[in-house]
Amino acid sequence: MAVPQEKLSWMYETMYRIRRFEERLLEETAKGNAMGVAHTSDGEEAGPTGICAHLKDTDWISSTHRGHGHCIAKGLDTKGMMAEIFGRATGLCKGKGGSMHIADFSKGMLGANAIVGAGIPLAVGAAFTHKYKKTDGVAVAFFGDGATNQGVFHESVNLASVFNLPVIFACENNGYAQSTSVEYAVPVKDIADRAASYAIPGVVVDGMDALAVYEAAGEAIARARAGEGPTLLEMKTYRYHGHFHADIPHTYRHQEEEDIWLAKDPIPAFEKTVGEQGLMKASEFKAIRDAIEEEIEGAVKFAIESPMPDPEELYTDVYVNYSNPVQGLR
Amino acid sequence: MTTTSINPLGPGFEVPGREERYRDSFQRTLRDELNRDENVYVMGEDVAGGPGREDQGIIDSWGGPFAATKGLIQDFGAQRIVDTPISEAGFLGAAIGSALTGLRPVVDLMYFDFIGVAMDQIISNASKSRYMFGGQTRIPLTMFARSGGGTGHAAQHSSNFYSILAHLPGIKVVVPSDPYSVRGLLAASIRDDDPVMVCNHKKLINLTGFVPDEEYIIELGKGRLTRVGTDVTLVGMSWTTEVCNNAADQLAKEGISAEVVDLLSLSPLDEEIFLNSVAKTNKVVIVDEDSPRASMASEVSAVIAEKAFDLLDAPIKRVTGPHTPVPYSRDLENLFLPNEADVIATTKKLLGE
Repeated sequence: MAVPQEKLSWMYETMYRIRRFEERLLEETAKGNAMGVAHTSDGEEAGPTGICAHLKDTDWISSTHRGHGHCIAKGLDTKGMMAEIFGRATGLCKGKGGSMHIADFSKGMLGANAIVGAGIPLAVGAAFTHKYKKTDGVAVAFFGDGATNQGVFHESVNLASVFNLPVIFACENNGYAQSTSVEYAVPVKDIADRAASYAIPGVVVDGMDALAVYEAAGEAIARARAGEGPTLLEMKTYRYHGHFHADIPHTYRHQEEEDIWLAKDPIPAFEKTVGEQGLMKASEFKAIRDAIEEEIEGAVKFAIESPMPDPEELYTDVYVNYSNPVQGLR
Repeated sequence: MTTTSINPLGPGFEVPGREERYRDSFQRTLRDELNRDENVYVMGEDVAGGPGREDQGIIDSWGGPFAATKGLIQDFGAQRIVDTPISEAGFLGAAIGSALTGLRPVVDLMYFDFIGVAMDQIISNASKSRYMFGGQTRIPLTMFARSGGGTGHAAQHSSNFYSILAHLPGIKVVVPSDPYSVRGLLAASIRDDDPVMVCNHKKLINLTGFVPDEEYIIELGKGRLTRVGTDVTLVGMSWTTEVCNNAADQLAKEGISAEVVDLLSLSPLDEEIFLNSVAKTNKVVIVDEDSPRASMASEVSAVIAEKAFDLLDAPIKRVTGPHTPVPYSRDLENLFLPNEADVIATTKKLLGE
């Protein structure tokens, strides 16, 4: 599948934006500036990038606790994201959701979901809405290898197959559910094999190769838009950092394994492939990187300088209407 | 179109209407809402029955237990009356996803106990999405299920643990008690932009009562008085409102004037209506079919103790089921369920008679 020139630079920019967002976030978390926990996705950039390259704002995605990459690939503003993780009033969710619940409905982002597997049926429902309203829109459920052991994953895929919905089940198999290896917890060779139970295509793709993901996702999304139903797309990938910011992964995985995956880093790999084909110049890559550095520094500065939420925000947004609100009893 | 919490049993309720079973009132309202808004659709196990057999001339079998949705598919089609596999978590999650993206799903969870299978979607997605996404979205989801004991459905088909849902910020819970209130509350729930659980008690479903012809909704979070009295307040919800009404009528024959508060909504909870009643009677009996620990009876009791302690002439009394599952055998099940005799005995004891 030939990739349009503007998509190539968008893909490089998106992967680099995710990478630097995650790296800077870890630094800020270590300094105590970002509140709570941060589950970073550096190493996994090619998956969401290759998929979201095909999506419009009117297409929906659901996401996970490790959702920053999905958000960025779907076009969410890095200032609003960083401010959200810093718990600020200017965050995309007014500081009420944090890293694990970033959402932007105006961009077709249904929200990161911190219950493993729980976001999957939401994407099925969004695809149901597309079919109900007779649009050509699609929905993508992002989830990890661990989520495919949840009942709701199987229920969702079955439902999407029975209803023939325009949804892509995008499994980012990074080898570990927290610290539990996929070899231990998943008895089939490939997670894509699980598609066979639901009579839908199951596709394995190199999740470190944005161009390969772009091609595989393009086929799945085109099928979905044409009313030909769901696909399970498994991306073999790797999480360069631990499960969350304070996790030391060497307690459950070896340096040798990390080195193998570090050698497959999707960003230099992309530069090499695209550069060798003469599709983008070294100076173009550098210009993108420089612009991203500036953007991410700006996002951190924006977050640090933003105000905390008003105390009143504790009580808002629980309901649209509630006749007898209950304050905490003191 | 009127918003009302008028007591249809009291004086002044002289409007055109009909005697109708609870189940028929429920389905008529569902049909009206499907006609009113094309984004409303019905989803659940067996809401039509027989899907995929159209080529064999089958388009509707039974419409779920108590035929709640029987016949709808013939009038609204399979796109809007959506039969599902047995996957409560999956289809409730999908319904929430469709609500987040612009539809207004009405989900049949069949028996109330089955919410357990879908509970994560209720707790983590339906109740929290609006809040954790900073108010970006609405979840206009209506769920309904058949609740309660008294029909020999045994432990896993007879629960009434609506207090678990009322406990969740972001969820609303309504408990209609007759054909009139189910019409007003179901319409209000479907039009509401928040997730609402509608509990249809199995013992109410075949009861007949007066239903006005005019379209109306009952505001969520408003209770009503079904009997006016001065000596004691009886608080009922769902089926126990019927129990309280019957008890009040028998007490009246013995010269005891009982006021009956029908909660109708458990969340939001109409504190004002029972606090005002207690201010008048100074004595209260709360009747709840659920087990007593951390129940709605406990919650109503706590509100009264906290806000109306000085107005009480006697301890708050609760009449509830025991801390057991609902048993099967009829005699045991009857022992489980609070009945009129229990309410009368407790009331008389409270009044010192």
